[in-house]
Amino acid sequence: MRRYLARKLIIYVVTFFVAATIDWLLPRMVPGNPVSLLLAKMNLQPQTYNATYSLYMKAFGFNRPWWDQYLNFWRALLHGNLGVSIYDFPKPVTSVIADYVLFTLALLIPAILLAYFAGNKVGAMAARRKSLDNTVLPVGYLLTATAYPWLALLLAFLFAAGGIGHFFPISGGFSYGLIPAWNWAFMWSLITHWFLPFLTLFLVAFGGWAIGMRNLIIYELESDYTHYLEALGAPSKLVRRYAYRNAMLPQLTGLALQLGVIVGGAVVTEVTFAYPGLGYLIFQAVGNDDYFLLQGIFMFIIVGVLVANFIIDIIYVLVDPRTRVGISGA
Amino acid sequence: MTVVGHEGDLGTDEPVPVDKAPVDSTGEALTAKKRFEFLYFAVRNKKLLIGLSVVVLFALVALLGPLFVKHSMLAYGPPFRPPSATYWFGTNYFGQDVFAEFVYGLRESLFVGLLGGCGATVIGMTFGFLAGYKGGMIDEALNVLCNVLLTIPGLVLLILIAGFLHHTSAVIEGLLIAGTTWTWAMRAIRAQTFSLVSRDFVGLAKLSGEKSRSIIVREIAPNMSSYLFLVFILLFGGAILVAASFDFLGLGPSNGMSLGIMMEQAADWSALPLHLWWWFVPPGAAITCVVGGLYFANVGLDEVFNPKLREL
Amino acid sequence: MALEVDHLQLCYRTLRGDVRAVDDVTFTIDDGEIMGLAGESGCGKSTLGNGLVRMDVRMRQLAGRVELDGEELPISDEKAMRSFRFKSVSIVPQYAMSALNPTRRVGKMVSELLKSRGFDYKSALPELERRVKLVGLDADVLKRYPIELSGGMKQRVVMVISTLLNPSLLIADEVTSALDVSTQRAVGEMLLEFRDRKFVKSTMVITHDVSILAQVADTILVMYAGKLAEKASADVVINSPLHPYTQLLISSLPEVGVRHDEHTLVGIPGRPPPLLNPPAGCRFRDRCPFAFDRCAEEPPFMEVKPGHSVACWLRTKGAAPAGGAEPC
Repeated sequence: MRRYLARKLIIYVVTFFVAATIDWLLPRMVPGNPVSLLLAKMNLQPQTYNATYSLYMKAFGFNRPWWDQYLNFWRALLHGNLGVSIYDFPKPVTSVIADYVLFTLALLIPAILLAYFAGNKVGAMAARRKSLDNTVLPVGYLLTATAYPWLALLLAFLFAAGGIGHFFPISGGFSYGLIPAWNWAFMWSLITHWFLPFLTLFLVAFGGWAIGMRNLIIYELESDYTHYLEALGAPSKLVRRYAYRNAMLPQLTGLALQLGVIVGGAVVTEVTFAYPGLGYLIFQAVGNDDYFLLQGIFMFIIVGVLVANFIIDIIYVLVDPRTRVGISGA
Repeated sequence: MTVVGHEGDLGTDEPVPVDKAPVDSTGEALTAKKRFEFLYFAVRNKKLLIGLSVVVLFALVALLGPLFVKHSMLAYGPPFRPPSATYWFGTNYFGQDVFAEFVYGLRESLFVGLLGGCGATVIGMTFGFLAGYKGGMIDEALNVLCNVLLTIPGLVLLILIAGFLHHTSAVIEGLLIAGTTWTWAMRAIRAQTFSLVSRDFVGLAKLSGEKSRSIIVREIAPNMSSYLFLVFILLFGGAILVAASFDFLGLGPSNGMSLGIMMEQAADWSALPLHLWWWFVPPGAAITCVVGGLYFANVGLDEVFNPKLREL
Repeated sequence: MALEVDHLQLCYRTLRGDVRAVDDVTFTIDDGEIMGLAGESGCGKSTLGNGLVRMDVRMRQLAGRVELDGEELPISDEKAMRSFRFKSVSIVPQYAMSALNPTRRVGKMVSELLKSRGFDYKSALPELERRVKLVGLDADVLKRYPIELSGGMKQRVVMVISTLLNPSLLIADEVTSALDVSTQRAVGEMLLEFRDRKFVKSTMVITHDVSILAQVADTILVMYAGKLAEKASADVVINSPLHPYTQLLISSLPEVGVRHDEHTLVGIPGRPPPLLNPPAGCRFRDRCPFAFDRCAEEPPFMEVKPGHSVACWLRTKGAAPAGGAEPC
């Protein structure tokens, strides 16, 4: 077990290293200087231009040799310093992120967990009952073939903009007139603003999980050990339990792989609903050419995904007993 | 192999592909009889037929659509009109013909999807064959590369790259998508290659002194051809989805039109409060139909190639 | 009589029609008898054996009746069969190597299986351990995962599990096919031991390898193309078979001590007929060196000597060819 986890850990460290390096490299490989682009927006007087230019260059360390910048980057990173926002100068990236991160987590975590478990349950049921399967299969495929922005727009149109009704607000994280406070009105506002984005993420992910689980269960039900159990008269309950347990393993691996996809979906959904999460923030940062904010969010997301991956690996070890005996599970 | 996730990522890939290998990767060459057998089942497989017809339908619309476009995409006419005889999909905020936008948008989205899908398949094949055939250090190195890229959320990486590039074209977009979605294809192809490499016909080829590259191209790939095709279909569908999200965020080709750009414009220009549903429903519906059709056809093809899945 | 099979007909439903895999088969197995079921691949022996325990989804029973210990065995009724499985009739499957759940320890799987059938694991455990040791394994094999066991070990474990409830009928489907020769012998001895210790009453050993039957079987039933060809005690079938197919089958086996420059190995040229639309008449006709006109009509499976039944016109009285040609 330790070897398995240790190996995963090494891969994550390497991933982190590579991702951070890509992150650091990108703005420097881009044509044009981020500082001059920034200054171009500022409408400065020619006299002040040069001074402001060298100020910013110094502030962002662009005047140092590249290996120095790279080392500096790592030094800052390991201290939890993700740099300073260009657009919101001099606000540190970490505090900008802090304002938005909770909204994204509130969206992602319930959506992922619910879609995963509900999808697995429905997929398993569809694998056993042909009648259910005839609905689940096409619906699941259609859901998983749906582009996130489209479903978001559709739901917004139908339930917020008046297509069917104005049941939910169309944008924002909470009503603009309210001051954030721990009272029921504010909580309710949070929830109503949260619901449609959550539903979007949930539905698409749910389709994928249901289909996946259905296929895996069918595969397990056709395996030799299932046939042996049936030949020995085991009731279908036992057979189903074994099939479900065994199908969970590749599904767990799949969960880790899908995290990246659903994060992408969250970005698009948040933008549609102007929901103030990290995805929305990325969008703003791109629009404002705020490179450091972009970089910082990227690193943050990477760390989040790696941590989530590691948690899933630990769960995998707990669920697949073979890994504990030292036989590699995945 | 039949597990599907969103935007081109497979839900799972590890234990399933090898055992569910399509029938022709048992090492037997694709004889005429086998091909006939495939065709026999192919034309009788409902899922394949339905899926394929939907995709072909949209491809026809994309190819022949311009013949039916009456108003130029850029011409300004009466705004906010719902679908009618003159404007089949209505007009948008600026009075432009939504149908015209749809046809050209569909062309571009399909093009980017094809380019992205082909590119990802080629990269995945190259790395997958190399890793599966050579094994050892090369395999380890490629594995690490693959794992790294798999963990980084694809769309986020794309946003990052595009955010810094400032200017993309359809071709660049396709190539970028290819560059970020090849990872699971490599994993799946690698697993299949492993199982084939241990077969006798490869050993024989090696003994006869055939070069590695030749072995891969002439012995291994043809025996995986059905599997590769399935991989391509999934990548193609995934690329369309990624491109839609990418364009929706405003990172798409600045001078073009695509299904994602249509949705982006709709969202930006008050389609929601003004109830201009004809502006964003057709593009997204087209995506769902095409990608859904591809996924369905994929399931059907899997059944055609793998006799165990065929229903009586 | 432990097992009585009466005019059983089993078929597979396929796209192109019904494949008559078991075409009108009648035989009995006594208590304490080990009957070998031999024949080429595709002759229907596996279908017969598996059909008695659990019919595959594509299988159908067209006719016939099966009785075990005087009670009817409802082989086509999936639900009704459940109470018989494991307790009255059990099977050591062809896929024994992969018959164990890979993510469960062997002992855990057995305990869950027993519990689901209404038996108490704790009280069965001492007997289970005894039998595990009997087949030459260590008791702690129960604590292992299947992947930790070798092929031979898994085979033996599955044999122990399948016979744990002392079934009246045990079907052993190709239990030696995937093993090396010394393990084959060990498994054969296990079958004998199980019978001698009364763990099982009657055994049906299905194999294409006649040599193992020489070791374990009391009687041998030879099948060809879905029909019965010959049935007799084991040494009669091996040493003095009457059906041409059996004769060719036996003579195609290598013998210890025989040098093959003196005595060439003879195979049987040709292939069995397709079971989708089987030809009329004796099914072995096309490959039989002694076929004559009467063979256009299907020979009945008849007892020609006490305890020896054959389906061949050469043996049935009054049907020998006019020229008097006698096979050896």
